[in-house]
Amino acid sequence: MVSSVILVPALLNGLMTGAVYALVALGLTLIYGVLHIINFAHGALLTAALFAAFFANKLLGIDPYVAALFLAPLFFGIGYALQRFVIGPAAHGEDRNILLVTLGLAVMIENALLYAFRADTRTINLSYAFDVVEIGNSFLAVPRVVAFGVVVAIAALLWFAMRWTDTGKAIRAVAKEKLGAELSGINVAHIYAVTFGLGTACLAVTACLLIPTYYINPHAGNAFVLIAFTIVVLGGMGSVAGAMLGGLFVGVVESFSGLYLGESLGQIGIFVMFILVLLFRPSGLFGERA
Amino acid sequence: MSRDNLNRRRFLQSTAAAALSAPSIARAQGSAVKVGVLHPVSGALSYSGQQGRIGAQLAIEDINAAGGIKALGGAKIEAVLGDAQSTPDGGNAEVEKMNSAGVAAIVGGYASSICLAASQTAARYNLPYIVDVGVVDSIVTRGLKNTFRFGPGFGVIAKTALDNLVAINDAAGKPAKTVMIVHEDSAFGSGLSKLLNTQLPERGFQVLEVISHPTPTRDFNNVALKVRAQNPDIVIPANYYNEYVLFARTMQQQRVRPKGIYSVLGGAASSYKFVKEFPEAAQYIMDCNHWFDPKNQKALELKKRIDARNEFYTYEVYMNYSCILLLADAIERAGSADRARIIGALENSTFGGHLMPYGPTKFVNGQNQGAAPVNTQVIGNDIQVILPASFASAKAVFPMPRA
Repeated sequence: MVSSVILVPALLNGLMTGAVYALVALGLTLIYGVLHIINFAHGALLTAALFAAFFANKLLGIDPYVAALFLAPLFFGIGYALQRFVIGPAAHGEDRNILLVTLGLAVMIENALLYAFRADTRTINLSYAFDVVEIGNSFLAVPRVVAFGVVVAIAALLWFAMRWTDTGKAIRAVAKEKLGAELSGINVAHIYAVTFGLGTACLAVTACLLIPTYYINPHAGNAFVLIAFTIVVLGGMGSVAGAMLGGLFVGVVESFSGLYLGESLGQIGIFVMFILVLLFRPSGLFGERA
Repeated sequence: MSRDNLNRRRFLQSTAAAALSAPSIARAQGSAVKVGVLHPVSGALSYSGQQGRIGAQLAIEDINAAGGIKALGGAKIEAVLGDAQSTPDGGNAEVEKMNSAGVAAIVGGYASSICLAASQTAARYNLPYIVDVGVVDSIVTRGLKNTFRFGPGFGVIAKTALDNLVAINDAAGKPAKTVMIVHEDSAFGSGLSKLLNTQLPERGFQVLEVISHPTPTRDFNNVALKVRAQNPDIVIPANYYNEYVLFARTMQQQRVRPKGIYSVLGGAASSYKFVKEFPEAAQYIMDCNHWFDPKNQKALELKKRIDARNEFYTYEVYMNYSCILLLADAIERAGSADRARIIGALENSTFGGHLMPYGPTKFVNGQNQGAAPVNTQVIGNDIQVILPASFASAKAVFPMPRA
């Protein structure tokens, strides 16, 4: 069983899948790191983005990769508005209210999608979906390679933005010390909304990367969010690098456990790992110790 | 969702009532006989479910157009449509609703797991249940008086499939010795793989590995990799439509080229939709599956009608069409919409007016004795029958020529 004919491609496949997980986790960890809340609406928003990408292709004939260019700003706007005008005001400054508000949003979005589009599973067929790139003796699907590249680029971009731009610095300032940031003239409500918008924009891009090879139904996003939570915990709450590496790691674990335990049990490895991390390193691999 | 169904049902009832009351002779006709038409038209199995529904509805249209149930004064058949949502629970819920709606019988189910659950629930109300496709043998071995399966079950299918595989391999000079089975992990796939796994060695084939996967699965890369590493002579996939197509395409993508892909009840292997959409991936795939009688004029006429509607003539269509005809015949002979009398009429059925190569119907403990599968192969842009020889339209191409 341990032959390189299988191991190398399985490893590469795992890395590619992991990159997509990482992007979902990136949005989640960003929101957690700054707003200190767990966004339960993350999965529902991903599903909404999947439907947006699906219909952009089905109705307007737009290639998903092109759709990403306008869906990302659109979902940034949606995320911004949600935080600024719904979640923020409804929370009245209490963290546990925010939790419930995002949970409520998730239920609303999912059921609205279920009502509008029923429980059907849909897919799109793209001419390049089954094209392959040959690396050594592995054949990698083109959409996965594209996804990997895009995710790495976005993670790098985010990292630089957080480090070098004014908004990035403001986000970090709010994350570290909300009151101090407010005193030095930073508009905290605005920064919260920008962060939420960025997290949601990540989902729009994820959706466009997924749709060539994945299916959608009103619950499709949830499969990713459960994994994303694991990644966020594994990588350390609020850490961009942690989300990226955690995502890749989880992808590889899933691929190998699928290989050795069977496809039906493929995801068990992820959750075993989740429990182990919680037991032995609750702050995560890259998280700061509490 | 339930509100939506209620509205649809009310709508159907009102339109059916309007259609009945329009002609002045309507009063002379008996009241309509309600028949439950149950399929998974949403969820993972939605394509197959929708195809099944098309077949059932066409049969009902045809029966009504030909004067309805004559023994009941020309009573029309009224379909009560149900969506099992691709789960056994969904199927149960619809059976409950159909029972309250007062159906005389239920046809359908499609997936084995749905048929098992739905027929059991129907048994509580002594409600006749005709299984359209579900192949797990326990469907008819539970001793349920209400459950009838028109098509063949696993036992017969697996035996035919193995006999034919040996025949095809022998005719080609025995090039194949090793086999890998890839199956979905619910009742259908696991049951079939278990049967094959024990019987293949007895026929001189070595089973290298058995791989199971859930439905739905959206990534077959790992499975294809394992197949490539083991390099079996024959790959046997046993899964539903979406997964079958994806697996075949992933094998093509990963350049896995066994000597033969031989499916037993392959979800897509003898589907015109698959052949039309992905001809390269489908080429030379063999299947042992439900197939219409190619010498039956009614079956060929229905194919033309389905083609004209731009639908695909898949087995769900003609199996369900046949099951509705079978039920209508039973109601005709029962001379009543009474459930117990319909069950009695089904038990004694000798119905031969269906579209399948089964001969006259004869139920023993709910299983139609003449039911048998045929072997097909995708050759060019068409699906040919390769076995049994009595109505084969082509010779098997085996081993697969290398592209």
